Amino acid sequence: MASIEMRGLTKAYPGGVTAVDQLDLTIADGEFFALLGPSGCGKTTLLRTIAGLERATSGTLLLGGRDVTTAAPGKRDVAMVFQDYALFPHMNVTDNIAYPLRIQKVALAERRRKAHETAEGLGLAELMDRRPGQLSGGQQQRVALARAIAYRPQVFLFDEPLSNLDARLRLEARTFLKRLQGELGVTTVFVTHDQAEALAMADRMAVMESGRIRQVGTPSDIFHRPANVFVANFIGSTPMNLLPARVAGTAAGLHLMLGDVRLRVPVMAAGLLHEDDEVLLGSRPEYTDLSVDQRPDSLPGTVAVVENLGAAALVSVEIGDLMVQAVVPEGDEPRVGEPAWLTPQNARALVYRRADGILVANEPESPAAERTVPVTA
Amino acid sequence: MSVKDSLAADHIVAVMVRRVLFYTLLTLVAAFFALPLLWLVFTPFDSTPGLAVKLPDFTLDNFRLLRGNPYAMSSLKNSVLISGGTMVMVVVFGALAAYALSRVRIPGRDALLYSLLLLSSIVTGTAAMVPIFLLMFQLNLIDSRTGVSLVLTGGLLPAAIFILKDFMDSTPRSYEESARVFGASPLQVLRHVVLPIARPGLATVAVWAMVNAWGDFLIAFILLRDPEKSPAGVVMYTFYNEGGQANLHLISAFSLLYAIPVVAMYLFVSRRYGFRFYGGIKS
Amino acid sequence: MAARSADVTDAAGLGRVRATAFVVPALLLVGAFLVFPALWTLYLGVTDYRLTGLAAANPQFVGLQNYVTAIGDSQFRNALWLTILFVLGSAIIGQSFMGFGIAWTVRSVPRLVRGVIETLVLLAWILPSSVVAFLWIAYLGRGDGTLNTLLQTQGTDWLLAHPMQSIIVFNTWRGTAFSMLLFSAALNAVPPSQLETARLAGASTLQQFRDVVFPHIRGHVLTNTLLISLWTFNDFSPYLLTAGGPNHASETLPVYIYNSALYGGQLGYGSAISLIMLVINLVIALFYLRLLKERRT
Repeated sequence: MASIEMRGLTKAYPGGVTAVDQLDLTIADGEFFALLGPSGCGKTTLLRTIAGLERATSGTLLLGGRDVTTAAPGKRDVAMVFQDYALFPHMNVTDNIAYPLRIQKVALAERRRKAHETAEGLGLAELMDRRPGQLSGGQQQRVALARAIAYRPQVFLFDEPLSNLDARLRLEARTFLKRLQGELGVTTVFVTHDQAEALAMADRMAVMESGRIRQVGTPSDIFHRPANVFVANFIGSTPMNLLPARVAGTAAGLHLMLGDVRLRVPVMAAGLLHEDDEVLLGSRPEYTDLSVDQRPDSLPGTVAVVENLGAAALVSVEIGDLMVQAVVPEGDEPRVGEPAWLTPQNARALVYRRADGILVANEPESPAAERTVPVTA
Repeated sequence: MSVKDSLAADHIVAVMVRRVLFYTLLTLVAAFFALPLLWLVFTPFDSTPGLAVKLPDFTLDNFRLLRGNPYAMSSLKNSVLISGGTMVMVVVFGALAAYALSRVRIPGRDALLYSLLLLSSIVTGTAAMVPIFLLMFQLNLIDSRTGVSLVLTGGLLPAAIFILKDFMDSTPRSYEESARVFGASPLQVLRHVVLPIARPGLATVAVWAMVNAWGDFLIAFILLRDPEKSPAGVVMYTFYNEGGQANLHLISAFSLLYAIPVVAMYLFVSRRYGFRFYGGIKS
Repeated sequence: MAARSADVTDAAGLGRVRATAFVVPALLLVGAFLVFPALWTLYLGVTDYRLTGLAAANPQFVGLQNYVTAIGDSQFRNALWLTILFVLGSAIIGQSFMGFGIAWTVRSVPRLVRGVIETLVLLAWILPSSVVAFLWIAYLGRGDGTLNTLLQTQGTDWLLAHPMQSIIVFNTWRGTAFSMLLFSAALNAVPPSQLETARLAGASTLQQFRDVVFPHIRGHVLTNTLLISLWTFNDFSPYLLTAGGPNHASETLPVYIYNSALYGGQLGYGSAISLIMLVINLVIALFYLRLLKERRT
């Protein structure tokens, strides 16, 4: 059992900076968990606190049920892969991989054999005599992984595992890592600032800001139902449209008013709104429909910019003072200057309270309802 | 010749004259530096050495003579002992201190470093020769090679620590952290990771300390009495300063032997690590 | 990220205790052989300490007597003056100009020639002081050295006839390497594009120097000068060449301190002068640090 449990975990620095603020989080055994957030949000500090490289100021940390809050870094049974891989330049690949075993006092021949074994599984068999300086970025990463695997820890910690790789390599490495973790089944926590990476690789993820967790959930949850405006803005390769609106209503039912345009209340917020509530209507460009003919319950505007995304186009429409975006499949792009009508898809649109940015939504009907995250170009 | 042709010709002549002057100047400068050095290159191999430089009839007799002179050989040994001892102390104590200062926030660290450096520039051997002499006298370390080593080490440590700390600062911490997370104890981290990575910096400082100690004259001169304990720098001085004729056979061979290790070490460091020391200050 | 506490940078987990233990030996050595002597000078300078005789066993407090004697002592004033000449002649003028001149001219010279010249200059710097001192004794000769042969001035003992000039030329020869290296690096750091802009605008070499090169190296000139002045001020090698003679004609301050205190046994007096020397060093060094700090901002 190698779950990770954090209760009230805090890391504060002298001088008043709180990098991790009263964190409560449980990561299940075997999970591939992502810590996502902008720089300075505390995700790396949290990772280092789990590793023991930073001492928690208060709170509890349990690894596999054991309290390790004050345990020394080498005694927690975790392996960490650093952003720069930290391969010892003066040792060849074999000795690098065998290093954890050396600390465990395994005999020379035995640990070299084990190193070879591990390396073969990662396709490194030809490189065993090389020094890290003679390896490519991708190879270095695999050696660092092999070293962590050789340690046979309960938990893997990855600090920005892909950011040191070229863009092309990064995508391959993503798939590779996901598959590897699936095969090994070891609880893994990785830190990243790239939301697409987190969504693609993680089983579950936490979005952090200023030392706090803003939302925990599966990538699908987080993509389809961001719990607050911060997460809504952070997730997604194109920014979510957030439109200020007011709830208005008749006895027959409520609707949203944007200026003098009437829009339907999204399905997810049904029954939760009251008259005169000030809200933000959230609609991802991928879930916003564009039509060059007038439609009911849609926002009228003028096409301002059309950006080519390959198999689709990102169209920016000027509506009053707002610029609202929609993704349009190729072939349907409108012309600049044309009038257009934008309709937020009712099943996907979200409502946020204007005052505190919190999502207004019912509990999801079935967990299986939204499993996949759409891939954008 | 037309006007234009003659102007062109004048221009070429002017350029050539300038070129000639330039190279003459350069030759003069080269000669200025080379001439005193020539003596060192030729005279040791001359069977009739004189003060003026002349082409030698190649012979190794002077060196044989040198080998027979007890003071000369023992002084070289003393130089090795003193320089070696200084080098070891400077590197060991300097590296330990530099590592600790680089990695651990000790209160007043930056102030300490700068005042150390300031100190070593101010308290030079010449400015402090009187109190150092007295101090060693009180400590009964006069006429002790260890004493000389200690004083030299004290003088070299601040700069050594400054340089090594700088070096450690620019080495990423992830290597040490990585080893630590794998379970290595702090001393294991130092042995397995820090030491090998710091080797170039340590080697350079070692050579620098050794060269400085090897060339020292003043400290050995004021602290040592017994000629059998004196290093080469002092013994060489007594060779040409004693009353009567200086024995040029000995002096020439001795200077060459005394000078060669320094040149060799300098070549070694600049070739291996390309790290040039501008009097202990990195430009 | 914001301020990090001790444990964050302590990558190997040394801890404060071990870290202090690491630093202590070095501090002890420096304290004993650098700090303590300097401070002790303060005390010694106000006693009449001598190596032998009554005062050795029982040094008396004499207040500022030593300092008064020093200021009144013509030999001390002589030493001070000679040292100023020495620093001015061999460092401020000699080494700086020669160092810069060589650095400037070798830029446009084939690599082999440059290598030869730089090697020669460097050799002069790195060889041990006893060796170079004798090389110059041989060169200047006691009447029949190489220089005399070249200049056809047989019989002139330069060290006897012109001691100050000799040691000034000697020290220029000895220390040019540092200035040369420093200015080489500084000149390399001048952006070539700026030089080319000036050249294309028609500037002569002198104008290029004045308008492009000099502004870039101005700071270096000052710091270099201060540094080599400090070193030259403390240089003991004149002793190896002339021992201060003939008749105190080349007795710079370091030589004077040795002669009066260690050779002559007046340790209290010698300490007072040493303190004066330390103070002068301090002034120069502080000046240097201030300049460095200004350059950095």
